[in-house]
Order: sequence, then structure tokens, then C-alpha cells
Amino acid sequence: MSNVNLDTLYRQVIMDHYKHPRNKGKFEDDESLTIEMNNPTCGDRIFLQFQLAGDIVEDVKFTGDGCSISLASASMMTQAVKGKTISEALAMSELFSDMMLGKDVDMDKFGLEDIEALQGVSNFPARIKCATLAWKAMERVVEE
Amino acid sequence: MDIQSVRAEFPILNQDVNGHPLVYLDSSATSQKPVAVIEAIDEYYRLHNSNVHRGVHTLGSRATDLYEGAREKVRNFINANSTKEIIFNRGTTTAINIVAQSYGLTHVKKGDEIVITQMEHHSNIIPWQQVAKRTGATLKFIPLQPDGTIKVEDARETITNKTKIVAITHVSNVLGTINPVKEITKIAHENEAVILIDGAQAVPHMQVDVRDINCDFYAFSGHKMLGPTGIGVLYGKEALLEEMEPVEFGGEMIDFVELYDSTWKELPAKFEGGTPIIAGAVGLGAAIDFLSDIGMDKVLEHEKKLVKYTLEQMRTIDEITIFGPEQRAGLVTFNLDGVHSHDLSTVLDTEGIAIRAGHHCAQPLMKWLDVTSTARASMYIYNNEDDIDRFVAGLKKTKEYFGDV
Repeated sequence: MSNVNLDTLYRQVIMDHYKHPRNKGKFEDDESLTIEMNNPTCGDRIFLQFQLAGDIVEDVKFTGDGCSISLASASMMTQAVKGKTISEALAMSELFSDMMLGKDVDMDKFGLEDIEALQGVSNFPARIKCATLAWKAMERVVEE
Repeated sequence: MDIQSVRAEFPILNQDVNGHPLVYLDSSATSQKPVAVIEAIDEYYRLHNSNVHRGVHTLGSRATDLYEGAREKVRNFINANSTKEIIFNRGTTTAINIVAQSYGLTHVKKGDEIVITQMEHHSNIIPWQQVAKRTGATLKFIPLQPDGTIKVEDARETITNKTKIVAITHVSNVLGTINPVKEITKIAHENEAVILIDGAQAVPHMQVDVRDINCDFYAFSGHKMLGPTGIGVLYGKEALLEEMEPVEFGGEMIDFVELYDSTWKELPAKFEGGTPIIAGAVGLGAAIDFLSDIGMDKVLEHEKKLVKYTLEQMRTIDEITIFGPEQRAGLVTFNLDGVHSHDLSTVLDTEGIAIRAGHHCAQPLMKWLDVTSTARASMYIYNNEDDIDRFVAGLKKTKEYFGDV
């Protein structure tokens, strides 16, 4: 099997986030900002909750149904934006979109090394929407 | 034509995808096209292209003859009474929407019932949801058995004298279930309801005789039966179509136009507003010739044998869950434990194997199956046991790959 090719997509770190998602769960309070988004073409779904302190993302949790790419991306996104300001989070989302378009981006700006592993998704056009779902959901939450 | 030599007629299959010979197992989404169909469309545009039913020049007559000739081929293929009963349109979705809007909105009123099943494709659910909402009617569902079939007794229970329309798929695009449409038609008629059958997954794969079924409406698409995209058929009984109003108004479908009023052409033209899908119809006609040349009984027999082989091979993998009944059309919907269908589909794609992953435009059915997505391998006349062997080997590799990482 041409695993060389596949391994650029399913990096170890992605599978780790898929099997052991960070920040998974739900807040019990009613004050968290919440959003549910799905990818209508494939049925992937994410339920995302943010707790803000001023314009700082104090805490974030998610649950979802989806493939390894969409859930790993969601897990990484929650880690990356936690403790950041809203504008920093939105800037990261733009950076992530650029990365999916195959552009050269400064990985240091994510402040989370793991995200680099998702770079390979840009070579699988059918899967880009899987990777961006959580980021789009995050944009929607903070914009509200 | 011999079924073994059919494959060579499909040029698209003769290519490598991601470094491997293509195995195409997504024919329920759309079928591939034989040379005969591609050439018929090519020839139409090279030699005969013109608008139909107007003008008096030679090309106009040729194009008209080809277009109406295709209609006669469709009539003969599904054994309709008359070409007046064959309405060309964009596909099954459009065909169902014509019936929902033209017949549904005018014949269904508050308190009436529309009966469908939970195995329907979105295109045979949403038009009826809309009719129910706009008229105040109730949408009811014939329940499914655990194996994904429906029982005739349940249909008899669900369809009542309040039911005005029954809409049911002939073959499920997810489960492969072949529904007892003839019996259900009888029950609908006993209750003075009309019945529409979604034949998108049936007409490509088996002999369909609309007069034998005795259904009122039957809808199907050209692109799933070797024809081009953008052409489909609505069959309707002449008496019903006569009393129905068009849903699209404009050129081609009018008789006389005055400033404040107009009259419609006779059937089938009154439902074909605008320049029709001429090349599409010509391509569909060529596809029907191709299928008829093989024989629909041979097509069905080939797929039955192949799907049986597929099920046997897939069952050698313990981690696979297969959905749907034992007796099925040529498709298998399944999940591999611990591997999302998209990941599975991506791994198979790197092996040159094309399958479908997702909800298959049947979200209510996914809910009933208690899954968010599934994978589906669907076959047609050009597939063979080698394709299935490659597919099953791909499944085993996927299992190993995701077991390892």
C-alpha cells in the first residue's frame, strides 16, 4: 500500500488527538457561548462552547461526530485558542485557512506545534472542509 | 452484448487513479458512460444540433426526430402506454417536485395524509414535507423492519382513506431494499390515493414495467443508467397529467399566447417549458439501447451475483457492520468499526478505489440506523469480482492502517 502518501494525511499526532481529544465535553452552566455547526455535505457535526472573560477565551469545550481529521482539528483548535484574545483567535483561523490553501504560513503563530500536522490535509481537497469545520464554528461563536 | 465484454465499452475505467487501476464502486451516485452514449451526444452536436418543434429547416426536423425518438425509447423501456406519459426533465428530484407542486398542492387539503417511508432519499421527503406544511396535511411514515425492509401489512395499516398521496422508493439507495411497489400501489388505490414511485435506483438495474406496477407516477434519472447528467423522466398516467397544470411557463409549452392569457400545448409538451434537454435525451436514448442490447434480466442477474459475492467477501472481516436486507440490489452500505467512513473512503481512494461516504442524502434513515455516516459500495454492469477483491483488500488494509496508527 502506498502508505507514504497516506502518512502525510494521517500523522501520528492527528490520530492522537482523534483518539484522545483535548477539551472534550460540555459546560454545565447556561452562560457559555455555544454553537452547533455541521458540514451538510458529509454530516460531520460539532458542538462548541466558549467561556469568555472580557475578550479573553478563558475556557472552551467541544463534542462532535466526525472523521479523524475533523475531530483532531477541533481538539487542536480548542487547545490553540484557549487563553488567547478573540482577535488572536480569529487571526489564527485565518492562518489556518491559508494553510489549507497550501500557502506557506508561519507555524509559530499558532503557538501549538501539533497543528502543523494538519498541513498535509491541503493535499486532499475533499478533506479540507473536514479540517476547517471547527475553525469556522469558532469564528461564528466569537463573532456573536 | 456479452456482459463480460461490457467493461471495455467504458473508457473512463481504463485509467490509473493515485497509481492504481481505477475501481469504480459509486454507481448509485452516478454511473459511468459507455462509448455509445458519449458518441451519440458528440454526433448530435456535430451533425444535428438545432432547436426542436420549431422552424422548418432540415436540422430542426432531425433534432426533433431524435428528441421524440428518445421519448419513444423511454416509453418502450418502461412499457408506458403512450409517449404523452413521458415527461423529460432534469432528473428524479425535478420529476418528484413537479408532482408535489402540480398535483400535491392542488389535491391535498388540511386533514389529508401523505404517506412515505423512512428509507426515502431527501428528494422524496422534502417535497412532501413542503406540501404537508402548505396544505396542513399530515406526513406519515410506513415503519421499517429491523433488516430495513417494509411489510405490506404495515403499509396497509399506514395508508388510510385520508391518504391522498403515497410516495415510496422502488429501491433504497442506502439499504438496497427492493420494495413491494406493486402491492403498495394496490393498497394506495384501494384507498383512492395516487402513488408516486422513486425509481432512481431501480430503472438502471432491473426491468421496470409501469403498467404492471400500475403506479400513477414514476420518476427516474438518466445519469444513473449510463446516460448523461441533466436528463430525467417523469412517467404519469395520461388522465392524471391531463388534469394537472404545468409548473413552469414559457416557450415550447404554449399553444396560443395572448396578452392576458395563454393555452397549453398537449401532453407531454405542456410540462416541458423552455428549450428541452435535447442532447441529454439523445444520450439517454443511446443508454437505453445499450442496456436493452445486454438485456435487463442479464443486468439484474449480474448484479445479484456480484452483490452476493461482495457480501460473502466482506463478511470475512469481523469489524464490518453491514446494513440492509439479504435480498438486495447491487449495493452494500456498511461501517468499519472505529474508522469513520470519510477516513475509510480516503484510504481506499489512495488505492484507486472509489466508494461513497457520508449520509447518502438520507439523514432520517441514518438516524434510524443510529449512525451519523456510512460507507457504500455500489456496483453496475461494468464491475467484476476483481473489483470486489481489490475493494475487500482495501478494507483489510484500512483496518490494519487504523489499527496501527
